[in-house]
Formats: sequence, structure tokens, C-alpha cells
Amino acid sequence: MIELLIILAKIIVIVAPLLLAVAYLTFAERKIIGYMQGRIGPNRVGPRGWLQPIADALKLLFKEIIVPTNANRFLFVLAPILSIGPALAAWAVIPFDAHLVLANIDASLLYVLALTSVGVYGVIIAGWASNSKYAFLGAMRSAAQIVAYEIAMGFALVGVLMAAHSINLRDIVLAQSGGIVHWFWLPLLPLFLVYFISGVAETNRAPFDVAEGESEIVAGFHVEYSGMMFAVFFLAEYANIILISVLAALLFWGGWLSPFQGIPYLEGWFAVVPGTVWLLAKSAFFSFCFLWFRATFPRYRYDQIMRLGWKVFIPITIVWLVVLGIAIVSKVPPWFN
Amino acid sequence: MITEKVMFFVFASVLVFAALRVITARNPVHSALFLVLAFFSSSALWILLQAEFLAITLVLVYVGAVMVLFLFVVMMLDINLTKLREGFIKYLPVGATVALLIIAEMIIVLNANFGANKITSPMIHGPGYSNTAAIGGVMYTDYLYPFEIAAVILLVAIIAAIVLTLRRKVGAKSQSPAAQVQVRKSDRLRVVKMPVERKEIGQ
Repeated sequence: MIELLIILAKIIVIVAPLLLAVAYLTFAERKIIGYMQGRIGPNRVGPRGWLQPIADALKLLFKEIIVPTNANRFLFVLAPILSIGPALAAWAVIPFDAHLVLANIDASLLYVLALTSVGVYGVIIAGWASNSKYAFLGAMRSAAQIVAYEIAMGFALVGVLMAAHSINLRDIVLAQSGGIVHWFWLPLLPLFLVYFISGVAETNRAPFDVAEGESEIVAGFHVEYSGMMFAVFFLAEYANIILISVLAALLFWGGWLSPFQGIPYLEGWFAVVPGTVWLLAKSAFFSFCFLWFRATFPRYRYDQIMRLGWKVFIPITIVWLVVLGIAIVSKVPPWFN
Repeated sequence: MITEKVMFFVFASVLVFAALRVITARNPVHSALFLVLAFFSSSALWILLQAEFLAITLVLVYVGAVMVLFLFVVMMLDINLTKLREGFIKYLPVGATVALLIIAEMIIVLNANFGANKITSPMIHGPGYSNTAAIGGVMYTDYLYPFEIAAVILLVAIIAAIVLTLRRKVGAKSQSPAAQVQVRKSDRLRVVKMPVERKEIGQ
């Protein structure tokens, strides 16, 4: 019984800061894109707009939830839950430090990959259950897109597990120890790019946000949702952004390892910084990239998305897996000796 | 141990219920979603058997990819169920015969090879046991040839599916991104030098 309570407390310790981070990522997005476009962004609620996410949440809480006529009520309510569930459940196996992990399971990389691929059901079911043409179009687009990019993402992760000889996230990070050149971004650079771009596509973020496509299909799969149910979709999207960022840091950028490892003097000076801070800093940078992309790139056309996924990324990953296999067999230093 | 048994019965009953609903649900989309539920429950059963690699792969491949495509197709098709049910009486004798044959075969096989006294209870492994490593070890040593042959068969199936469905339409227009990227300014634009023209005033 006590054990269960301790696990529950650990879950709260992970999920509560995560939800706070999600709330403030929405604020960061509006501020950052605002400054990139020469605006100020929200600055009315609280000092410099810092209470804006809380005001947004309160507003959405008090809004009426409308279920469209002839919609499938059960599935309509289930869809946002199916969307946020996997986005939060994946955090169970994320290691924040060498010993700071809720569940250090053997196949944690596979578990994360499986859960991120399940998240698409929220989008598909929402689009279908809404009984709306626009929502349905958004769901169809999302289904085809996610299947295409899932394969490229899976292949990129195969490269990671080949290099690390493990599918446990903790072991993958530990396999990268030895300094910034030992991290997997260097030997796996093409796979990292494929992984990160596929991650942007999997979270339905700009420039791959055709599932929402507000200029073509209003708001895509969540056009019929209002109030808190809409907010839950929003939360899931941002939780997934943070998840993809943390995974990019863990798999390719040394996770909680210090970037000054192996450098004289600097290593000693920064030894007091806890590993979690490095992980959070790296993840924050990748989350920033998501916002940066949204402010920079125009939306891809649908056939271009499909071409990029199937005809560019999958061949790149397959070729690089062969290169990587040769490198591992011939023990190329400093990574594979 | 008792929690494990309770969990087994919970997941097993959900699995049986979902499997039944797959064939009894009136709406094909509901059937597909119940199939997803069935996959999830069987994956949970595999976790209980300490086969975490198989369980997660089941979710990853079947729930994450195959069923998404199924749903995609089922949602696109507007299936008229009343039309599908029209021939029920006509096909009943054939269907019933096939079903009875299958049941009889299963009874024979299960009686001969299975049963509480014929199967040893699964081994319970210690915390150091890795199901992933165990499967990998067996797959690339003892079962290397069956594994490779299965992979080749799948490859043949992929190629066959592409060959059967790929039809190039005559006269279909499509873009060539390579050609688009290689276009230079000089291919499209001609800059002409010409003297300044003045509009004469008062003529």
C-alpha cells in the first residue's frame, strides 16, 4: 500500500511540473512568435502577461461543451482522453538523471515509440465522431501523415539502438558518455534530422499542421470541440512537443550528460550543475525550435509532405543504417571502439 | 500472485468481450475500434507473461500502424450493412459447415496437445531477465533461416502489392521536384535592354 502511494507521489511529481510547463509553453509560443513578428504578444494579464495561461485555462473551463447533432457522443468525449493519455503515459519511462526515473523498464525506447504512435487515435476518432466534413478531412490527413512519418521515425530510432546496443533509455544515454563528440548527434546526424523533422510531423505542428490547416479546413479534427475538451487536445499537443524534445535530447544529445565532459577546467567548474538541468536546457532548446519553425516556415502542401516522408526520409534512414552497420563492425573511433 | 490472477481475468474478459464485439458491432468503425481494444488486452496478457518485447511490438505495429490504416479505409468506405446482411439465410448452410469443421478441428488439436496437465506453467524469471535479448538471441541463431525466409516472403508481398496497384495513367500531370529545384533564372526570364521611352507631350 505504501509502495503504491510512493509511486502515486512520484507520478504527481512528474505530471504537475509537466502540465505547468505545457501551460507556459503556450505562453512562450505566443511571446516568441510575437517578438519574431515584431509584436509584443500577450502582456495584459499579470506582470508582463505572465498570468495569461491561467486566464486562458479559466476561460476554457467555464465555456460550454457543445456536442454536435448526430455525433457519436461516447467517442466524441473519448477522443480528447485518448489524445492526452499516451502523451502523459510516455513520461513514465523518461530518465531525468542516471537514477531519477519512475520506471526503468527494459524496452523503454519501444514503449515510448508505441505510445506516441497510439496518440493518433485521438485525432482520428475526434474527426470521425464529430460528424463534420472539416473534422473528418483533418482526421484523414492526420492518419496518412502519421503512418508515413512513423516509419521514418522508427528507422531513425533503429539507428540509435544499433549505436547504443540497447533499447533502454538510460543505457542509451550512458553509451554516449565521454564528451560532446561522443554524443550520437555526430555519427547519427542524418538520423537525428530525420527524427526531429518526423517528430514535428507526428505532433502535427507547423509546417506539417495540415490536420488543423486553419486556412483550408477551419481547425481540422478539433473544429467541433469547445471549452475544456478543446483545451485537452491543446494540452496533448504541447505535452507531445515537450516529449519529442526530451527524447531528442536523450537519444542524440547526451541527455543529462554535461557538454563540458572531458574538457579540462570547464568540466570541473560545471561539475556542480545537476544533470537534470542539462537535460532540461537541451529540451528547452528543442521546444524553442518547434516554435521557431512555426514562425519561419509556410505550411507544406499535402503531396509534398507525403513525398518528403516516403521518398526522402525512408531512403535516407535505410542508407544510413547500412553506413552505421559498417561503422560499428569496423569499430570506428571514438564512438564504436 | 493473486493480483496477477485478478489482472489476467480482467484483461482476458475484456479481450473476449472486445473480440465478440468486433464481429457483432453494427458499425464497421466500432468493429475496428473494438479490434484495437482486443489488441491492447492481449498485449497486457503478454506483459503478464513477462514478454514485454512482444507486447510492446504488438501495440506498436498493430495498434499504431495496421489499425490506423484499417480505420482509414473503413471510415472512407460508406458500407451499407443492410445490403451486406441480405444473403444471410442463403449463405448460412455453407458458413455453418465451415464453422463446425473448424470447431471440430480445434477440439481435436486442443485435446491432443493442450490442457492443464499437458502444459507446464510458464517459467517465472528473475529481475535480471530480458525478454528482448532472449528473443533476439533465438531469432538470430536457432531460427535464422525461418526468420530470413519470412522476411523475404514479406518483401515479395510488398513488391507484388506495388506492382498490382501501380498503374501509370497516360496523360496524368505531375510535378517533378528535381526539375523544379534545378530551374535557374535564365531558363524562365529574359532581360531585354532597351532605350528609355518618353511619352511625347502635346501630340
